[in-house]
Amino acid sequence: MTGEQLLLILPLIIVTATSVITMLMVAAKRNHAVSCFITAVGLVLALLSLIIVARHAPQEVTPLLLVDSFNIFFTALILLAGLAITLFSYPYLCNLEDHQDEFYLLLSIATLGALVMVGSTHFITAFLGMETLSVCLYGMVAYPLHRQETAQYPMEASIKYLVLSAVSSGFVLFGVALLYAQIGTLHFADISAGITQGIANGPGSEYFVVASLLVITGFAFKLSLVPFHLWTPDVYEGAPLPATAFLATVGKLAMAALLMRFMSVSGVLQSDAITNVLSIIAVFSILGGNLLALLQANLKRLLSYSSIAHMGYLLIALLTLESATGAASGSPGTSLGAEAVSFYLTAYVVMSLGAFGVMMVVSDSGHERDHIGHYQGLFWRDPWLALVFTAMLLSLAGIPLTIGFIGKFYVFVAGVQGAEWGLLAAMVIGSGIGLFYYLRIVYRMLTPLDHDDPLPVAGIRDVIPHGILLVLLVALIVPGIIPGSLMALLQSVVQSL
Amino acid sequence: MIVVWLILILMVGGALAWVTEAMDSRLPRLTALIVMLFSLIVVVMLCMNNFPDPLSPGGQWLVLEKWSWIARFGIYLQVGIDGLSLLMLLLTVFLGLMAIGAAWHEITERPGFFYFNLLWTLAGVVGVFTALDLFLFFFFWEVMLIPMYLIIAIWGHENRAYAAMKFFVFTQVSGLILLLAILCLAYFHFVQFGRFSFDYFELHNVVLEGRFQMLVMLGFFIGFATKLPAFPLHSWLPDAHSQAPTAGSVLLAGVLLKTGAYGLIRFAVPLFPEAAADFAPVAMTIAVIGILYCAKLAFAQTDIKRLIAYTSVSHMGFVLLGVYAWNIYGLQGALMTMLAHGLTSSALFMLAGGLQHRFHTRDMGQMSGLWAKLPKMSAMALFFSIAALGMPGLGNFIGEFLSLLGAFQANHVAAIFAALGLIFASVYSLWVIQRVFHGEFRVPGDHGAGHGEAHGATAQDLSSSEMLCYGAMVLGLVWMGMYPQTFLAMSEPTMAFLLESLGSFVGSVVSTAEVLP
Repeated sequence: MTGEQLLLILPLIIVTATSVITMLMVAAKRNHAVSCFITAVGLVLALLSLIIVARHAPQEVTPLLLVDSFNIFFTALILLAGLAITLFSYPYLCNLEDHQDEFYLLLSIATLGALVMVGSTHFITAFLGMETLSVCLYGMVAYPLHRQETAQYPMEASIKYLVLSAVSSGFVLFGVALLYAQIGTLHFADISAGITQGIANGPGSEYFVVASLLVITGFAFKLSLVPFHLWTPDVYEGAPLPATAFLATVGKLAMAALLMRFMSVSGVLQSDAITNVLSIIAVFSILGGNLLALLQANLKRLLSYSSIAHMGYLLIALLTLESATGAASGSPGTSLGAEAVSFYLTAYVVMSLGAFGVMMVVSDSGHERDHIGHYQGLFWRDPWLALVFTAMLLSLAGIPLTIGFIGKFYVFVAGVQGAEWGLLAAMVIGSGIGLFYYLRIVYRMLTPLDHDDPLPVAGIRDVIPHGILLVLLVALIVPGIIPGSLMALLQSVVQSL
Repeated sequence: MIVVWLILILMVGGALAWVTEAMDSRLPRLTALIVMLFSLIVVVMLCMNNFPDPLSPGGQWLVLEKWSWIARFGIYLQVGIDGLSLLMLLLTVFLGLMAIGAAWHEITERPGFFYFNLLWTLAGVVGVFTALDLFLFFFFWEVMLIPMYLIIAIWGHENRAYAAMKFFVFTQVSGLILLLAILCLAYFHFVQFGRFSFDYFELHNVVLEGRFQMLVMLGFFIGFATKLPAFPLHSWLPDAHSQAPTAGSVLLAGVLLKTGAYGLIRFAVPLFPEAAADFAPVAMTIAVIGILYCAKLAFAQTDIKRLIAYTSVSHMGFVLLGVYAWNIYGLQGALMTMLAHGLTSSALFMLAGGLQHRFHTRDMGQMSGLWAKLPKMSAMALFFSIAALGMPGLGNFIGEFLSLLGAFQANHVAAIFAALGLIFASVYSLWVIQRVFHGEFRVPGDHGAGHGEAHGATAQDLSSSEMLCYGAMVLGLVWMGMYPQTFLAMSEPTMAFLLESLGSFVGSVVSTAEVLP
C-alpha cells in the first residue's frame, strides 16, 4: 500500500481514530460534552479530508476498496448525516440517567461501517461494512436500557433487529458462497465477466439466479423492502430517536449505495428472473408501505412504513440501471438511472433527517414525543418547527418547491426511459395514498388545541439543533427550486460507476 | 419580465401580508388589496396593447420570454402571454380582488396567513396561465394546490378536513398522471431529437404512433378533466366548494376550475391533434352527461353552496363541449363560458357566503322570504341566478350559445342533448330564488318567541363595499353579454392560430367576424 493510497482512505482512518480517541477519553474521564465534541470534530475532519481525496484520480486501494467520485459523494453524505445526528443526540441524551459517552462511540464506529460499504467493490468489504454497521446499531437501538420505564421497548427492538439482521447476513453469506463456487472470486466486476460468459441466462442459469437473489434478499432485509420489512416498524418505534434517525438515514443510504454499486458493476440485472423478482418487490413495497402507514398514530412507525415505500420508489430507479447498461453506449441518457438513484437518496436523507430532527428537538430521552397528538396545533405554538416539519412532510409526499419533488421527477423520468409502466402506475397510486398520511400530520399541526396542553412548546432551545434544521430546510428547498447544480454534480459522480 | 414581476408581486405581497399581521390585524387585508389592485393595473395595461398578427414572425404572442433553468433536462423558464392567457389573467386578478372583498369581514382568525395563502394561490394560477414549458406549467399546477389546501383546511367549515384532503388527493393523483404524460412526451422528444425538451413549441414536433398517442393524451385529459371537473372525476368539487370559506370558493370556482379548461385548450388538444380528434366524441359525451347529471344533482341539494357547486360542474360541461367541438365557435364559446361562469359562480358563492355569515347555515330549508328583509341581496341573487341560467344579454348566454353552435357543427346529437341543460338550469336557478327569497319570512332559530325575529332583524343588507364588488361583476357580465367582441377579439388570434395550425376536426376555419355580425 503506497502513501497515496493511505491518503485516499484518510476519511476511514480519521473516523477510526475518532472512535479510538473517544474510547480512550471515556477510559480516562467520562464527560458527555467532550465525547460529543470529539465525535463531531472527527466527523468534520473526515469531511475536510475529502477535499484532499477528491484531488486524486479514482483508484483502487487494494482490490477491496475503490475510491472514486461515487465513493466520495456518498462518504460526504454519510458524514454529514452522521454529524447532524451527533449534534441532535447531545441535547436528547442530556437527561439520560446513564452513561451517554458510549453512544457516540457506537455512532462513529457505525459511520465507519457505512463508509466501508460505499467504498466496497468486493464482497469481503461489503460484508465487513454491513456487519460493522449492524453490530453498532444493535447497541444504539438498545441504548436507554437501564431506564426503567422505557427499558422494555429498546430491548425488544434490539433483539428483533439482532435476530433478523443476523438471518439476513446469513442469506448474504450463503449467496456469496454460491457465487464464489461458480466464478471463483469475490469481486463484483468478476460477476459481470461471468455473465458475459452466459451464466445468467439460458440453461443452467438457476444456480446463478438463486445465488444473486440470496444476496439481494439480504440487502432487501437491510433496506426493509416488502416482504422483508417486518422488523422495521418495531425497531423504529423501540429505538431512541437518534438511533432511529441513524438507522433511517445512514443505514439506508449506505445499503442503497452498496446495492447500486453491486447492481451496476456486476450487471446482475441482465438476468430477467432477477429483474422480475425485484419488480414485484418494488410494487409490494410501494403499495404495502403506503397502505400500512395510513392508520399509524405513532410517527416513528408511520415514518418507518413510509421509508418502506420510499425504498420501493428507489428500487424503480435501481431497476432502470439495467436499461442504462443495456442501452447502446454513448447515448446521453445512459446514466439516468444511476443519477435518479443518487438524487433520490440525497433527497431522502435530507427529508427524513429533517423529520426526525424535528422530533428529536421536541423530545428527550425521558419523553419521546412521537405520537401524532403531540404535534396538534404546533403551527400556532411553534411556527418555526411546524414549518420545518411541514416542509419535510410535503417533500416526502413529493410536492414541488422541495427536493422530494425533483427526486420523484427523476425516478419518473428513469421509469419512463426504462418503460417500467407497471412500476410507475404503482408509484402514482402509492403517492396518492401517501398524501393521506403526510397531510394528516400537517392537518393535525394546523388544528388548534382544544384544551390546555400539558406539553411544553418544544423541548430543546439550544441553538445548534435549530441551526441544523435551518440547514436542512435550505437543503430541502434550494435544490427543489434550482436543482441544476446538484444534477450536474451527480451526473459527474455516477460517471465513475 | 412582466410575468415574472406579476408573480413576484403576488408572492412578495403574500409574504408581506403575513409579516404585517404582527403589527396590526387589519394590515394584511390592506396589503393584499393594494397588491391585487397593482396586479390588476399591470394586467389591464397589458390589455391595452395591440394584438400581434398571428401570422407575423412572433406569432400571436404578446410576451414571450425564455431563461435557462434545469439544463440537464432541457427545462426552461419559458413564459408567454397571448390573448387567451391575457383574458385568463384578467379573470384571475379581477376575481382575486373579489375574493379579498369576500374575505374582508369574514376572515378574522389569523388573517396574515390567510392572505398569504390567497396571494400565493393566485401567483400559482398566474404561473399556470403563462407557462409555456410543460415542466414549469406542472410546477405551478402543483404550487397553487398547497395554499388552496391550507385555505380549506384552516378556514373551512365543519367538514373541512375531509374536503381538503379529498381536494388535494384528487388533484394530486391526477397531477401525477399528467406529469407522467408530460414525461412521456419529453422522453419521446429525446428519442426522436436526441435531447429532452419540455418546450411547448418543440413538443409539437414529437410524433407518437396512434395507440400510444391516445394514452399520453388521456394522461393530459385526466389531469385537466379532474380540475375542470368533468363528469366521473367531479366528486371532489362539491365537498371542496361547500367547505371552503367564501374567498376560497370564489377562487376555486372562478379561477382554479379554469386552469383545467385552459390546459385542455392549450395543451391536451394541440399537442395530440389526431388522438384528440378520435377522442372528441367521447369527451363530448362526457360533457353532455356532466351537464345533465350535475344539473339534476343540483336540483336535489339543500345546502346552497353544494347546489352552486353542482351547477358549476354542469356549466363546465359546456366548456368541455366547446373545446372538443374544436372549431372557432366552440372555442370562443368555451372561453366566454369560462369568463362568464367565473363571474357568476363567484358572485353566487359570495352571496351564499353572505347568507351563511348572517344566518350561520347553508341549509335552504331553513331560509325563506329573505326579499322582505334583504332586498339588495335578493336582487343581486336574482340577477346572478338569471345570468347563470343563460339569459340573453348576459355573458353566460353568449358562451353557452357559441359552445352549442360549435358543438352542433361537430356533433348534432351531443349538442341537442346539451341544450337541454339550459332548461334544467332555469329550473334549479328559479327554484332557489323561489325557495330562499320569496314566500314567508323565516330564518334559522325562528321558533316562535321573537328570537328569530331579532336574528332576522339584526341581519344587515349588503353594505356599500359589498355592493361595489357585486356591481363590478354585474358590469362585467353585462359587458360580456352586450358587447362580447371586446373579449372575442382578444382571443381570436390565438384561437385562429390553434385552428389553423391543426385544422378543425369538422368544417373549416371561420373568422369570428362572422360569429357576431
